[in-house]
Amino acid sequence: MKKTAIYDEHLNLGAKIIDFGGWQMPVQYSSIIDEHKAVRNKAGLFDVSHMGEILVKGKDSLELVQKLITNDASEMDNGQVIYTPMCYEDGGIVDDLLVYRLKEDEFLLVVNASNTTKDFKWIKSNSELFKNVEVYNKTDYYSLIAIQGPISREIISEIVADDIENLKFYRFIETKINGFDAIVSRTGYTGELGFEIYLKSENGPKLWRKLIEIGADKGLVPAGLGARDTLRLEKALCLYGNDISEKTNPLEAGLSWTVKLDKKDFNGKKELVKVNKDGLNKKLVGFKMIDRGIPRHGYKIKMNGQEVGEVTSGSYSPTLDGNIGLAYIDIDKISIGKEVDICIRKREVKAKIVETPFV
Amino acid sequence: MTIPNDLFYTENHEWISVDGKEAVVGITEHAQDELGDIVFVELPSVEEELDQFEEFGVIESVKAVSDVFMPVSGIVVEVNEELMDQPELINEDPYGSGWLIKVEVKDKSDLDELMDSSEYKEFIEGE
Repeated sequence: MKKTAIYDEHLNLGAKIIDFGGWQMPVQYSSIIDEHKAVRNKAGLFDVSHMGEILVKGKDSLELVQKLITNDASEMDNGQVIYTPMCYEDGGIVDDLLVYRLKEDEFLLVVNASNTTKDFKWIKSNSELFKNVEVYNKTDYYSLIAIQGPISREIISEIVADDIENLKFYRFIETKINGFDAIVSRTGYTGELGFEIYLKSENGPKLWRKLIEIGADKGLVPAGLGARDTLRLEKALCLYGNDISEKTNPLEAGLSWTVKLDKKDFNGKKELVKVNKDGLNKKLVGFKMIDRGIPRHGYKIKMNGQEVGEVTSGSYSPTLDGNIGLAYIDIDKISIGKEVDICIRKREVKAKIVETPFV
Repeated sequence: MTIPNDLFYTENHEWISVDGKEAVVGITEHAQDELGDIVFVELPSVEEELDQFEEFGVIESVKAVSDVFMPVSGIVVEVNEELMDQPELINEDPYGSGWLIKVEVKDKSDLDELMDSSEYKEFIEGE
């Protein structure tokens, strides 16, 4: 089981540790609900060093990236980030990731922890189609700390060498933070103003402690994977393994804005063009529970006694003080406001389809 | 971690307090701490008759779903209705206002199958 460089800090802070994607990670420090609310109202600090970082460099790196992803990296500026799925030929999703353009011919792909090994192999094998490209797994090189919440900028501004006041959403700068070389990126998985900071792993614990030291009085709290999950769900952000997988394609996952079908060749293009033309069978939608009950991954969904879908993610929502979920539902059964029955254990519990994000 | 002396405990972290024929059942402080913020509780109906170690309800925290089991055989005589709107009472006061059900104990010898406080303390330390 792997541990991040910041692991001991979590123990010192009294975190509960769980196994996540082969890593020993903090799931909560005080309470998921309190940490969730801190991120919405003030700020939370997350160690997400388990995320994988794969560096692609060389003259053909753009071409490789373009082949791998469904989104379009060709117009990216240096200092820009895009979110994208990466598909197999059959349109199933290998992973969803962030692409950072570090230089003209250098990209950093940030992937899900549990998929890092699989992704690295996949990217490596795709790279064999190109002459001038090298692929490196840099996961162990980086610590990745996310600071998320309305006061996150105010806190890190104190120790970032450059001005980040005008750093736009999905842009990053290479700068110094607390004296350490770092990538400071305006990205996150909570739907709040926030930043993700990549730095050499040995500096991770030092930056972690520094941020707690300068942020605690203002309301910054350490936040675990539990809050990370409820925060992303309220914003209807997909979680690989729950809402998207090798068996789902990005169009039915509601990610069509990240699929550029008019782009030159890319993995999965043929199949996705076909799906787009023929129409979807099912689609990922949000729903809110009307009756008492918490939806969970895998619960079946019925309408008039007939099975019409399955829950992919579900939880209590601390912001709404209600229960919410995401589900794939047969396309002809979907309309906003429609009632469905969620099969929770032996009961069928009423819910209704709603617009997302929930919050 | 509080483990009151006058209760009996199960390996699934329920406690039971017996007074004559009537008993109160809940989950231990250790159990609520392991679960984290409790946000949903499902309890049986009054008059339901249940066997020892039979599942009688469900407690859900933000992250986890956990079944709860009868420490003894008996008939449910009351359920804690407060928990429907305030499941967090289990976190706040697991041995008091966070109780789950009251039962009429069928056979007191069922208690022989349970742990006392010192045995339970040893049990959770060994887990």
